[in-house]
Amino acid sequence: MLSFLATPTLPLASLEVGHHFYWQIGGLKVHGQVFIVSWIVIGILLIASLLATRNIQRIPSGMQNLMEYALEFVREIAKNQLGEKEYRPWLPFIGTLFLFIFVSNWSGALVPWKLIKLPEGELAAPTNDINTTVALALLVSLAYFYAGFSKKGLGYFGKYIQPTPVLLPIAILEDFTKPLSLSFRLFGNILADELVVAVLVLLVPLFVPLPVMLLGLFTSAIQALVFATLAGAYIHEALEGHGEEHGEH
Amino acid sequence: MDPLVSAASVLAAALAIGLAAIGPGIGQGNASGSAVEGIARQPEAEGKIRGTLLLTLAFMESLTIYGLVIALVLLFANPFS
Repeated sequence: MLSFLATPTLPLASLEVGHHFYWQIGGLKVHGQVFIVSWIVIGILLIASLLATRNIQRIPSGMQNLMEYALEFVREIAKNQLGEKEYRPWLPFIGTLFLFIFVSNWSGALVPWKLIKLPEGELAAPTNDINTTVALALLVSLAYFYAGFSKKGLGYFGKYIQPTPVLLPIAILEDFTKPLSLSFRLFGNILADELVVAVLVLLVPLFVPLPVMLLGLFTSAIQALVFATLAGAYIHEALEGHGEEHGEH
Repeated sequence: MDPLVSAASVLAAALAIGLAAIGPGIGQGNASGSAVEGIARQPEAEGKIRGTLLLTLAFMESLTIYGLVIALVLLFANPFS
């Protein structure tokens, strides 16, 4: 069904949903294309950080300037969610999430991966594979459980029956819906962007897909911001316990 | 694939994305309308209002995206095929 999307006639931005470049590692079948692009993204981030910190100047310029701007940006995210007092220990986690997702999303949109041929499947943003986003979302779950336990010990479980024990099933369900919605939001947005671009490229190969590609870049950046913001909000909720904030789901 | 199953899947995919677009459409309209009102009343707060608006719009949009994920599962990874 919809096999036209998988035909090799598309010049640059085709999308092969459900086709993967499998690697056999032990008893596991892994999606090789996701690994390759993830490693490239990690490499980009590492090289950028090394270049920025290798020769630190008092008046920043070039790479150091860029990375200082990125640091200030993620610090604002963490500070807005966790508050002035508690944001510092969680800054590396939230910052890493934001930078990794942001660079992955933009690498899928900006780098012409189609020029590199794989035996099967194709290189794309690692975040358009559900496994990547589920892994990131589960990391967020572990992080907020750890935050709650380290702050309050076993008293953390008190939040499940805090206003009234009647809401216990809903409180437990929330722990499952949080990673579910986090992972599906990111995965769906990135896959939807790439699908829309692929369909438009199929219909009109020149110029017409450009505005949609720009919109895709914008949404990808917003989704990275949303993921990091929500991670911060969940950790804050676990640290604070029950009470004031119930904004997000 | 059984033709009945494929026909039902295509219909279900269309319904999933179509129905999932109604609620967030209304919600985004409300949010944007209120944001415009807020900017008209207090033009100096425009930057802050715009930032919050974009974030909340992304949250609402993710509801439609859930429908889209279901539609994509039905089309590309159909469990009944």
